[in-house]
Amino acid sequence: MSMSSAMSITRAANPPRAVYLDYPLGHTAGRADDSAEQMAIMRDTLRAFETISAPGTMVELPYAWSADDAWKDRVMRPRPRSAEDDTSDDHEDDRVERFDTPQYQTQADAAAAADGDCPTCVFLEDAP
Amino acid sequence: MGQTRPPVDYIERTRDQYSALGYPPYTWVDNPENAAFVPLTKPLAVSKLGLIGSGGIYRSGQTAFHFKDDFSYREIDTTLPTDTLRATHFAYDLTAARRDPNVVFPIDTLRRCVAEGLLGALNTTAYAFMGGIYSARKVREILAPAIAQRLLDDEVDVALMVPV
Repeated sequence: MSMSSAMSITRAANPPRAVYLDYPLGHTAGRADDSAEQMAIMRDTLRAFETISAPGTMVELPYAWSADDAWKDRVMRPRPRSAEDDTSDDHEDDRVERFDTPQYQTQADAAAAADGDCPTCVFLEDAP
Repeated sequence: MGQTRPPVDYIERTRDQYSALGYPPYTWVDNPENAAFVPLTKPLAVSKLGLIGSGGIYRSGQTAFHFKDDFSYREIDTTLPTDTLRATHFAYDLTAARRDPNVVFPIDTLRRCVAEGLLGALNTTAYAFMGGIYSARKVREILAPAIAQRLLDDEVDVALMVPV
């Protein structure tokens, strides 16, 4: 079973069972600090395990992020580089740089992992 | 429910974003053939569930993910306190995940499902990786089979994937 907040991507990946939650990316299993709703979503997800009977089925869960769907208009819309000329083709790349070093949430995490010894980290080898 | 717009088509928006930035189109994985469908063999109430999350979750003390085609994974002990979990990823807003990892890694939620008898057990190890991997081949040929093998070795009955 795959949960999903990206319907088109999950349709393309085509897992055997899926549930779709129409929330912004980063909330696949519910919104922060709302354990009651997270639990309701999980109950629905577990129920789908038992109700889906054909591969490729995606069940749409009955939750809405907000009263209107205005958040959808702002998702992944490249901002024009020039605020004065929003018809320009010159767009700002506001995506995060692809650093090749570990990106810790906190400095303390970086210090805690500084010795590089991580038996629960599995670094896979690419085929030669 | 007040919904006025259809689901965001992230494939289309990624295409538009790359085009606006002058990059060649991003190639999404497309699996037109359905995966094997295995019916449940027993009720969830007596099943062991394995959790897999691609939201970039690691535990404090582990090496964090990097952002350049990192196809490693982390073993996460599902008995650990949730406040030891961290989130790192380049492609989504981490605000919610850092405040409450359950939004992308529903560990408390699943523990509660076990406590309430909805699930038999949660596998003692969850598997976490960071889904911003550009090489679909590495995922298909290396990472996914590695995690699938772990789940088989752990003898889980059902697997729950939580992507971002």
